[in-house]
Amino acid sequence: MRELLSLMLGAILVENFVLAKFLGICPFLGVSKKLDTALGMSGAVIFVMTVASAFTWAVNNFILVRYELEYLQTIAFILVIAALVQFIETVLKKLAPSLYKSLGIYLPLITTNCAVLGVAILNVQRGYNFGEAVLYSFGAGLGFTLALVLFAGVRERLEHCDIPESLKGMPITLIAASLVSLAFFGFQGLFQ
Amino acid sequence: MQILLPVLIIGGLGLIFGFGLAYASKKFEVKVDERVSRVREILPGANCAACGQTGCDAFAEAVVAGGAEVNGCPVGGAEVAEKVAKIMGKSSKKFEARVARVMCGGSSKKCRSKYSYSGIEDCAAAANLFGGPSACAYGCIGMGNCARACPFGAIVIEDGLAKVIATKCTGCTKCVAACPKKIIEMVPISNEYTVRCSSFDSGKVVRQNCDVGCIGCGRCVKVCPHNAIKMENNLAKIDPALCQNCGECAKVCPTKAIELFLCGVQNKESVAV
Repeated sequence: MRELLSLMLGAILVENFVLAKFLGICPFLGVSKKLDTALGMSGAVIFVMTVASAFTWAVNNFILVRYELEYLQTIAFILVIAALVQFIETVLKKLAPSLYKSLGIYLPLITTNCAVLGVAILNVQRGYNFGEAVLYSFGAGLGFTLALVLFAGVRERLEHCDIPESLKGMPITLIAASLVSLAFFGFQGLFQ
Repeated sequence: MQILLPVLIIGGLGLIFGFGLAYASKKFEVKVDERVSRVREILPGANCAACGQTGCDAFAEAVVAGGAEVNGCPVGGAEVAEKVAKIMGKSSKKFEARVARVMCGGSSKKCRSKYSYSGIEDCAAAANLFGGPSACAYGCIGMGNCARACPFGAIVIEDGLAKVIATKCTGCTKCVAACPKKIIEMVPISNEYTVRCSSFDSGKVVRQNCDVGCIGCGRCVKVCPHNAIKMENNLAKIDPALCQNCGECAKVCPTKAIELFLCGVQNKESVAV
C-alpha cells in the first residue's frame, strides 16, 4: 500500500512529467493560457493516459513479449494509442455530448503527445505489473494536471505584468516555465 | 519468418483496430441534421449571442429545431435571414436594422472633470469612484469598455467620448451591456435626430458640467411638428417611431449657442453617430 502511494506521489511531484521529465511540453505551453482550457485538457489527458497505459501494457505483455518483438514497442504503442483516442472520441460524442463539447477538441491533440507514449514506455521499462502501471499513469496524468493548472495561474498573472518588449509572448512564458520547473526540483529526495 | 511475424502482428493489430473503429463509428453514430451545418455556414460566426442563443452553433441548432426565428440574427441582417429562410423553407419576416448610439456628447473638450483619474483604464472601475471622473455623473467615461466589447470594431473613443461608426455596427448589442452607465441605446437606423444626452440633472447643473448637455428647456418639445419629443426629468427624448427627421428641434436647441457642436442632433453627413 505504502509503495503504491509513493508511486503515485512520485509521479505527481518528484517526477512530474512536464516539469521534471519535460514530456508533453507542447500542450503545456499551448493550452495553459486560460484556466478552463487547461482543466479541459488535463481531464482528457488523465483519461487517455490511464486507459492507454492499460491497453499498451496488455499489448506489450500478451503479444510483444510473447513473440519477442520488443523492438516494435514504439510502433505498436502509437497504433494502440491513436486507435484508442479515436474510439474514445467516437463513444464520447454519442454518450456524453456535453463532455464532448468541453474536452472533445483536445482529444486529437493528445493522440501523439509524447507524455502519453512516455508513460506507456516507462511502464514497460520499469517492469510494473498491471495495477502499478495503471496507478502510475493515473498519477502521471494528475501531475500533468497540477503542472498545467499551476502554470495557467502563472500565465494569467503574467498578463497583467509589465514585460519588456523583447520578452513578450513566448520568451517570458518559457522563462516562467523553467522557473516553475526549478521549483519542482525542490521535491527531489522526497522519498528516500 | 523473422520478418513475417512482426509484419503479421502489426498488420493484424492495425486491421483489428480498423474494424473496431469502423464498427464504433457505425454503432455510435450521432445523427446530425444536415440543415444545421448548412445554416451554420451562412451565419457570420461572430458568436456574439445577440440572437439570445449561446453562439452561432446553438442558433443554427435552434433554428432547425424550430425554437428560433429565421431572422433572429441581427448581425447577419436581412441577407442571412433570407438565406436561412430558404434552407428552412419558410418566409422571413421583415427585418428592421438597428444601430447602437452613444447618448452623450460630453467629450473631454465639452465636459469638465470632477477629479483627475489615475487607475485601471476601465469604465466600470472608474464608475465606482463617485460615478466617474467626468463632471456629469451620467456621462460617458470614455475608457473604452464598449469599444473593447464590440466584436466588429465599430466603436472608437475620441477625446474621451465613445462614438459608434454606424457603417460597421451590426446591432449585436454587446456594447449596450458593456457600458456601466447604460448610455448606449439601440435606435432604428433610419432615425437621424437624437438627443445626445443622458443627464437627469437640472439645467443649471448641466450647464455647469457640460457645454452640450440637455438643459431641459423644452423648446424642442414645443417646436416638434410630429409630437415626437417628450421631456422627462429634465431630459428630452425623441421617439424614433414618431420622428420624421425634419430637424426643427436641432434648429432651436439652445446649447448650440455656446458651442458649434449641436446638442442632441448629429450632423446628417457624418458617418459616426
